[in-house]
Amino acid sequence: MKHFIIIALLVIASTLAIHAGLNSIGLLPVLASAQGVSIDQLFGIYMWAIAFVFSLIMVTMLYSLFVFRRKKGETGEGTHFEGNNNLEVAWTAIPLIAVLYLAFLGARSLSETRRIDPSAMVVKVVAEQWSWQFQYPDYLFSSKDLYLPVGKQIDLQMTSLDVIHSFYVPEFRLKQDILPGRSVDLRITPTRLGHYTLTCAQLCGAHHADMVANVVVVSQADFLAWTQKEIASAPKDPVLIGQQLASLYGCAVCHSVDGSKKVGPTWLHLYSSSVPLSDGTKVNADATYLTNSIKNPNLQIVAGFSPNVMPDTFAQALTDTQIQNLIAYIESLK
Amino acid sequence: MKKTATLGLFRGFLWEIIGTVFGVAFVTVVRMLMRLPAWKPEPAAVVGALFGALFFLYGVGVLDDWIKWANGEEAPEHVEDASLGWRRYFSVSLDHKVIGMQYLTLALILFAIGGMFALIFRTDLAQPMAQFLTPIEYNTLMSLHGIVMIIGILVGISAIMNYTVPLLIGANDMAFPRLNAFSFWIAVPAGVILLSSLFMGGFDTGWTGYPPLSLRAPLGIQMFFLGVSLSSFSSILSALNILVSVTRLRAKGMTPFRMPIFVWAAIATSVISMTATQLIGLAFQMSMLERLLGMGFFDPIKGGNPVLFEHLFWFYSHPAVYVFILPGLGIISELLPVFVRKPLYGYKWVAMSSLAIALTGFLVWGHHMFAAGMAEYLREPFMYSTLLVSVPTGVKFFSWVATMWKGKITFPSPMLFVLGGIVVFLLGGLSGPPNATVSTDLMLNNTYYIVGHFHDTLFGGYVFTLFAALYFWWPKMTGRRLNETLGKLHFWLMGPAMLVLTLVMMRVGLLGMRRRVYNYDTSLGLQPYHMVMTIAGFLIGLSVLIFFINIFITMKRGEIVTGNIWNSRSPEWQVPSPMPIHNYEKEFEVVGEPYDYGLPGSRYVKFQGED
Repeated sequence: MKHFIIIALLVIASTLAIHAGLNSIGLLPVLASAQGVSIDQLFGIYMWAIAFVFSLIMVTMLYSLFVFRRKKGETGEGTHFEGNNNLEVAWTAIPLIAVLYLAFLGARSLSETRRIDPSAMVVKVVAEQWSWQFQYPDYLFSSKDLYLPVGKQIDLQMTSLDVIHSFYVPEFRLKQDILPGRSVDLRITPTRLGHYTLTCAQLCGAHHADMVANVVVVSQADFLAWTQKEIASAPKDPVLIGQQLASLYGCAVCHSVDGSKKVGPTWLHLYSSSVPLSDGTKVNADATYLTNSIKNPNLQIVAGFSPNVMPDTFAQALTDTQIQNLIAYIESLK
Repeated sequence: MKKTATLGLFRGFLWEIIGTVFGVAFVTVVRMLMRLPAWKPEPAAVVGALFGALFFLYGVGVLDDWIKWANGEEAPEHVEDASLGWRRYFSVSLDHKVIGMQYLTLALILFAIGGMFALIFRTDLAQPMAQFLTPIEYNTLMSLHGIVMIIGILVGISAIMNYTVPLLIGANDMAFPRLNAFSFWIAVPAGVILLSSLFMGGFDTGWTGYPPLSLRAPLGIQMFFLGVSLSSFSSILSALNILVSVTRLRAKGMTPFRMPIFVWAAIATSVISMTATQLIGLAFQMSMLERLLGMGFFDPIKGGNPVLFEHLFWFYSHPAVYVFILPGLGIISELLPVFVRKPLYGYKWVAMSSLAIALTGFLVWGHHMFAAGMAEYLREPFMYSTLLVSVPTGVKFFSWVATMWKGKITFPSPMLFVLGGIVVFLLGGLSGPPNATVSTDLMLNNTYYIVGHFHDTLFGGYVFTLFAALYFWWPKMTGRRLNETLGKLHFWLMGPAMLVLTLVMMRVGLLGMRRRVYNYDTSLGLQPYHMVMTIAGFLIGLSVLIFFINIFITMKRGEIVTGNIWNSRSPEWQVPSPMPIHNYEKEFEVVGEPYDYGLPGSRYVKFQGED
């Protein structure tokens, strides 16, 4: 009995000491999002749980190693006992209940992070080796820095132009892989003004480490001022806008501008050339043909290329003006 | 020179070169006949390496008996020729003990190579920005460190299982000795091919090889895919062999709950290896074909799905971590009673917990993909199943602590490594649940926290326990004891350095440091931490060097021990060391519980003719 009282006291002391130690060094970076609140609470519970279980096992073990060590000159074996089923059931059932409760807390915390605000502002995130671009559809411009207004939920609609990347700002706590060929969502409500760093958290090649971008959380008024400034400095030339769109929407992944053959036909010298189609006919690559090919890519297939490769979503994704800008860019490559 | 030429290993490598040349020529000729440009490096390299491996197997002689059978000839029974001495270990042998030592040698070589890779890039990381490695070199070394260590671990557990399982169950060999030799020898060209990726442009994908990145990586990645695919045969076949041997070859009276506890761990491990390894082989072969033949399994541009690869990959690669640790946990349970001089507490619970971990382990792979963009509704079930694994793992910890209670504990080197394994694995285990609950994992996923977590589980579950097993069974293998002072020095360097290394890894990970980066942001103030990690890494390297020195000097001059030096009840210690060439001259019968230390008059085994 004496053994157990000593161990219990030591476990309590050790748990408190470890917890205080972990708390005092500050384990997590500053919290800057509403979604992170429930995550940090769960981390807090874990700190207690880890401090306790670690103490329980380490104290009992070290105590046994010290008290039940073979002393000098001692002979003979340990006390013979083989086990106790009640005890085994107890230390199976109690942890089972504990982890199920933890899983429940985890599920609740996850659902907190998934809360949807219908008035969220959409920002489209385009990731590619090894850079980030952010489109603001409400304001019709794009940026290399991610400016976010504080206190407003942001619906990040993210896609990748090449390999898998991952959106990660430690202060926001959340992380989401970004897949090529599809759009994934992440919702973040910044709660704290300041400068942060967005990093790619999924190994994406040699320069993965360098795939970073600035994140600036500003007040609502400063955000509007920034958008005005960006819009004012955005290119007015349709060719330049088209070039930007081609990179934003990933056109350049499949269509080269230097004449090399990729998945799709090159854009070099394409405009008003005569294009051979897979059904043997030829068509003049004028604005009508190009508009059709963007909006309905399976209608006319260029000879030597496969159908069902180009996504047929651009009719919705792009406005007519944007398509005109793209065609202006293609025309400039004549 | 004449003597070297008779070594199987030498002949094998000679044939591997011939096979590679043949494969390269074959592809070139086929391409010429198809009127394609004759020279294309990628198919030539892959087919060349594949033929090289097959020719190696022929050259080394492991296929000889099967070829004879296929031709309708008789293959004579193998008689182990002890007079060959060390040369036996470099040619095909069907003796499970020799194969165990061959596995062990390969495992230690891979362990040393993988460790050196780590020290090289760890040195580069001591300062931010690229130092002496280019980004692609950094990524190649980091990727190879991972996969070489993983193959090294698989080979290492095969070493321990091959050597000990037949001895523990009282068999004279494995159920399929030829298959056993094949399982080992295919791992050799697999390792060579894997390492050859260093000289073929490397690869920048990490050991996970996710597409589409893997589809645009340098040529080295094909060698990685091929090496891993070939070595997966080694795992699958040796697991099959272990399961059949344990089922069919146990000594009389050895009922399931009277088997040494390590055998239970070997069963649980083998069930996973035999049934899950196919999936990683498959995923990697699909990626190889995708690159070679333009198939579109995982590339979204061709209608493929990269998340499918992640599912296939983790369906093996998560259970695989239980393959890595279950034998180690079995070694802890096996050795603890010997040094505590008490029965293993709750034998049946410990045995069943191994199976429970193995079976639950099949249902948890999705926790690697919480942030991957898999179907939203899958995240919570995987969270529940993952957390369940901690229950049987907890049973093991509690049982170990209860085993120590009221013992008469001594602390020779094997026991120190057992205890070190428990402490380090405890840290690995306790740092696990925050990765299992989805929301906290979204913070931790792909950070150094994960790196710290799995290095603790693998060091605690594999590295410490492997060393425990080696210090324990080395006298049985060689008849000489490893130096105790050097063993303690090894432990007291490696243990604390490991704790510092992994705790600092978790610390920087919680602060937001990503994994797999050659550069890190100086504004986070992480540089001092990285210096500490680098120093700790070198201390671990130094401790392992001491272990190799220990092996080297005791090989010739170590204390000769032939008897039951640990005063163990296990059958292999009841016969003289080193283990006789055909194991047990007299069969034994199991007449009691394996771990009844302290029960007067009890015994575990009775040899024929004893009373």
